[in-house]
Amino acid sequence: MNAKIKETLLNPIFKGNPITVLVLGICSSLAVTVTLKGALVMTLSVIVVTGVSSLILSILRNTIPSRVRIIVQLVVVAMMVILVDQVLKSFEATYAIDKQLSVYIGLIITNCIVMGRIEAFALGNKPWPSFLDGVANGAGYGLILIVVAFFRELLGSGTLFGFDILGRFGYVTNNLVILPPFALIFIGCIVWLQRSIQKDLQEK
Amino acid sequence: MEYLSLFVKSIFVDNMIFAYFLGMCSFLAVSKNVKTAAGLGVAVIFVLLVTLPVNYLLNEYVLKAGALSWLGEGFADVDLSFLSFIIFIAVIAAMVQIVEMVVEKFSPSLYSSLGIFLPLIAVNCAILGGSLFMQQKDFVNIGEAAVYSLGSGIGWFLAIVSLAAIREKMSYSNVPAALKGLGITFITVGLMGLAFMTFMGISL
Repeated sequence: MNAKIKETLLNPIFKGNPITVLVLGICSSLAVTVTLKGALVMTLSVIVVTGVSSLILSILRNTIPSRVRIIVQLVVVAMMVILVDQVLKSFEATYAIDKQLSVYIGLIITNCIVMGRIEAFALGNKPWPSFLDGVANGAGYGLILIVVAFFRELLGSGTLFGFDILGRFGYVTNNLVILPPFALIFIGCIVWLQRSIQKDLQEK
Repeated sequence: MEYLSLFVKSIFVDNMIFAYFLGMCSFLAVSKNVKTAAGLGVAVIFVLLVTLPVNYLLNEYVLKAGALSWLGEGFADVDLSFLSFIIFIAVIAAMVQIVEMVVEKFSPSLYSSLGIFLPLIAVNCAILGGSLFMQQKDFVNIGEAAVYSLGSGIGWFLAIVSLAAIREKMSYSNVPAALKGLGITFITVGLMGLAFMTFMGISL
């Protein structure tokens, strides 16, 4: 693995994280973080969609006229999302999660990460690096999702993946954490933490 | 009376931003000052009001299970709902294009103030989210869908204008360096969301 590919893979995880640094794809990241299970399924779906649609559009990049590229991108992404949605619906274990995530699976189409990475990376690079970039950005997005979901499920319901953890020690669940606004406050704190470590990201 | 209750509910209780976090990307990016925020807000109201009823008709007469029965007996058990993502996003992209052209032709002053925002709106989660929620809510007629779209649009408008107003004021306050900009905005939106939750108890 050469240095450039390593950089493509590692940069989106922390230094150029799509959520906390590029501010892309916030919409869905907040609503699906009530339980870890939902966050995990969402992460995997987004990784598949970003990776494969970056790959497809990178292969097509020299044949798409730039004037209609947005429509072409939307069609490819929508197709991937439909596939993911149908796969989730067809297994008993994931069907319930698909119901719980409701519209947010469909909203991966308009998730800015997908379109943003296609525009910024896949249209100017070879298929293999584009695929890796898509996967890495999906993973960077998922990392934040899972961290937020971990705290929200643990503090809000006292469970992790549905198993009782804090309840055994007589923890009284904090329903405030389950409310949607708390996802925002958690992400705000993650941004705070990251910017305290990486001083160059701070805004004037 | 039902329309009124649906209208108030879609503005305050089911607020697109504070209850479902839809359209968060542009919400955070374009809320630095009140004037541009209001421009984007108006554009969102406009596009929602145009696309949602169209998607309602498509859902009712083409996509839903059994929706094609008006074509004849043989079509009664056709279920095209898996196609809804791709149809909805195509309608939205097309509508945005048409709205852009119409506005440019008939109201150049409105076009110059909305101009840059209109293309962005095609990938605004609030628009696609509105259509997907409409699909779940089973409205009985197109009037309800239109009232719902107007209410959601106005809710989004109010949210972005109030956030922009707060951010304008906040530029004078002394925020910790690492929290400046993005971090404090997340936390502000979270607190605003908590305030909006007080509307939840209202039943009309």
